[in-house]
Amino acid sequence: MTENIKAVELSKKQREISISEFFTRNRHLLGFDNPTRALMMVVKEAVDNALDATMEMKVLPEIYVELKQLNEDRFIVIVEDNGPGIIKQQIPNIFAKLLYGSKFHTLKQNRGQQGIGISAAVLYSQLTTGKFTKIISKIHPKKPAHYFELHIDTKRNEPIIERDHEVDWNKDHGTRIELELEARYQKGRQSVDEYIKQTAIVNPHAKIIYITPEKERIEFPRVTNDLPKEPKEIKPHPHGIEIGTLIRMLKDTTSTTLSSFLQNDFSRIGPTVSSNICDEAKLSTRAKPSSLENSQIEILFKVIQNTKIIAPPTDCLSPIGSELLEKGLKKEIQADFFTTTTRPPSVYRGMPFLIEAAIAYGGDLDKESTIRLMRFANRVPLLYQQGACGITEGASDITWRPYGLGQSSGNLPTGPAIIVVHIASVWVPFTSEAKEAIAHYDEILKEIKLALQDCGRKLAAYIRKNVKAKEQKERISLFEKYIPELAFSLSNLTGEKSAIIEENLKKILNKNMSKLIESVQEDGKEESKE
Amino acid sequence: MEKKNQKNKSKEEIELLGRRIVNQIDKGKNPEIVFPLRNLSNIVYDKKTKTLKLGDKKGSRLFFNVAHAKKFLQTVEVASIIKKELLDSGKHEHLRGVFYISKRTIPGTNVNIVDDQTESDKAIEDLEVITGLSREQMHVSANKMGSMVGNIILEDSGDTIDCSKLGRGGYSVPSITDELSFKKVNAKYILYMEKAAIFERLNEDKFWQKNNAILVTSQGQTTRGIRRLLQRLSDEENLPIYVLTDFDCWGFYIYSVIKYGSIALAHASEKLTIPGVKFLGITADDIVKYDLKKHLIKLNEQDLTRMKQVSEYEWFKENKDWLRQLKMMKDFGAKAEIQALATKGISFISEKYLPEKIKNKEFLD
Repeated sequence: MTENIKAVELSKKQREISISEFFTRNRHLLGFDNPTRALMMVVKEAVDNALDATMEMKVLPEIYVELKQLNEDRFIVIVEDNGPGIIKQQIPNIFAKLLYGSKFHTLKQNRGQQGIGISAAVLYSQLTTGKFTKIISKIHPKKPAHYFELHIDTKRNEPIIERDHEVDWNKDHGTRIELELEARYQKGRQSVDEYIKQTAIVNPHAKIIYITPEKERIEFPRVTNDLPKEPKEIKPHPHGIEIGTLIRMLKDTTSTTLSSFLQNDFSRIGPTVSSNICDEAKLSTRAKPSSLENSQIEILFKVIQNTKIIAPPTDCLSPIGSELLEKGLKKEIQADFFTTTTRPPSVYRGMPFLIEAAIAYGGDLDKESTIRLMRFANRVPLLYQQGACGITEGASDITWRPYGLGQSSGNLPTGPAIIVVHIASVWVPFTSEAKEAIAHYDEILKEIKLALQDCGRKLAAYIRKNVKAKEQKERISLFEKYIPELAFSLSNLTGEKSAIIEENLKKILNKNMSKLIESVQEDGKEESKE
Repeated sequence: MEKKNQKNKSKEEIELLGRRIVNQIDKGKNPEIVFPLRNLSNIVYDKKTKTLKLGDKKGSRLFFNVAHAKKFLQTVEVASIIKKELLDSGKHEHLRGVFYISKRTIPGTNVNIVDDQTESDKAIEDLEVITGLSREQMHVSANKMGSMVGNIILEDSGDTIDCSKLGRGGYSVPSITDELSFKKVNAKYILYMEKAAIFERLNEDKFWQKNNAILVTSQGQTTRGIRRLLQRLSDEENLPIYVLTDFDCWGFYIYSVIKYGSIALAHASEKLTIPGVKFLGITADDIVKYDLKKHLIKLNEQDLTRMKQVSEYEWFKENKDWLRQLKMMKDFGAKAEIQALATKGISFISEKYLPEKIKNKEFLD
């Protein structure tokens, strides 16, 4: 009988799809759409992890990146850091289990956010080459280093440990990852080279050594010994959550009453606000959070959204800082003029964020083409999806002409400039899991514009001054050309010797050179004398 | 003929300018030329003499000032040309010629001492106010753009000219009229007109013969030569002068330049203005009287702008009759050309309009 029922028949085909399997089929969602981009993504995930690890240990990062080309479309990527290392038991989980990590459950300004990063790289390596990912990690000079070779069991989303033994590693502490993958290497705006260069710009405290596939060694020096302020972890702001999150939080909380849940698990809710919310939602302050029914949670959610709650704390953010951003740019970009701005923190949807911007102008930069826009989120360069990014919209919305750049309306400006925008946030709103484009929140766009306009004003002042200085020089040299002419005319008019008049005029010019340069700035009108 | 001491005086004055500058240079000073400003802010309407004059505001031109240097050089260069090429040799040269002599590229630059004729013309006008010499005294002439017919015999450079025997073209008035002498004048008045076409009409109709008049024209703005000629005829021969222009603000201004002087040449007013001159037409009243409304031309943007400027000039602003004319023009929203009279018949102007107006003394002052 059952054999004839369609649903039963279908049920034989229905089964849980593991996240690993899901990724296998939808690798583009994570940014692994093509071999070129895949190479960049793997490097990016590994370098991001390295920088975050050193940050957690509060050591100045020393990161080693190497690309080895095996054949046209096969590469080995090696990334090594001097971070705290990972204890032996955790190594397989961190590298060979998707969505495993310490970052997913917190709100903190981190490079990665979803914990999908490095294990996705491992999976990509496995899928394209079948090779094991090799990890070495050491947590203390006196402890041994551990060597692992890992795969992911894609059905169960569990690590497969192929090898696991101690090795000698000439390093006090740190982690090294080596992956083999199908990939393609190219130069240009969306290359690994560019990614590392931009990473060096926004991480001026890091020293990065990069060995290119051509075996060229590029060293990005450290220009400051100050570690960035460590971002603080904050609890979610009530206005920044969705109902699903609220349901999960109610289930997971260790608080025993609704009132203490609201106060302990959110930022900015005190006893008064907490009891007001409970009253309004017609719930007991002592209700057990996990016992609320869905209809009650819905009401609670609405009440929370309608309650006035002060904005979240913003001291949790760690900007690069104007001075360091400028240093970072100066070491990697050849330009005549640099200006930077760090905006005060602001809030979108309950999430604190902060915008920094910079403009580099002149020098070797191309005068004719569109400016280069460098986008960063939590110190990570964004190289793809520029057109879809809120930063691009913010920069295009500004009228740049008054600031000395060319522009056809609604487009990015043109001129010899690089425009840099960095968004730091506990939760950067990307438009997709590939984490390449910032969502278009009004609050964020507004801050981007304010930051860029501030840089623009300083740029305009610089251009005005320097164009003027150049003109002044030209004009002084014009006097030198006029002098023989005037001497000649005066000689014709008076019969005096031209050479003597010329000599005397030159003396006056030399004596008054500095005064003359100043007077150039005055209005050119012939002054009237009463 | 020009007297010898005038030529020497001109030479001295222009040389003096050069000497002053050389002295400043010898003393290590920034060379400076000081002269009366020649813009509207320094134009004064002298109510007593009814002429436009330059006020007391002085401008200063410095060589070592980027904004002035080129003009300074132009002034001195043109002065040296006048001294060396014209006064020393006793020859005259046209404004255009002075431009070409001064036009050359400064070595090592792409800068010309003068780029177009307006710059050398301006330098000459500047030299007039600086030295007190007139352009004519500096031996510089301008385009001759004017004709004269009538019962007048004059002497020009030794030639005797009878202006009643010069056919349809008439006597071509030279640009410098200071040196003409009037031998025999037999006319009751002078009719000056803006349009050469009207001059030809009236000449063909032998208007001057029938009405015993002298006809003068200079297409458009009146040249200095004609203005000086009219002034001399007014002063020396005691002839009344009537002005005939289009009914528009440009025509009104042509009249006011002859009568009071112009902003550009306020420094030369004394030798050019004729306070006794009268405006004959065309007036707003003529348009009403002769029923010319059908032949009006709508005022355009420029006309309205010019109207606003003209009605703010002191010498118009304080004259009720002229304000009335301007108001009527504004009310018409239109202007008229002299030729509109031809709609009443080709010779209406010479046979009816002019004789009637002059007989009835229908003038504006």
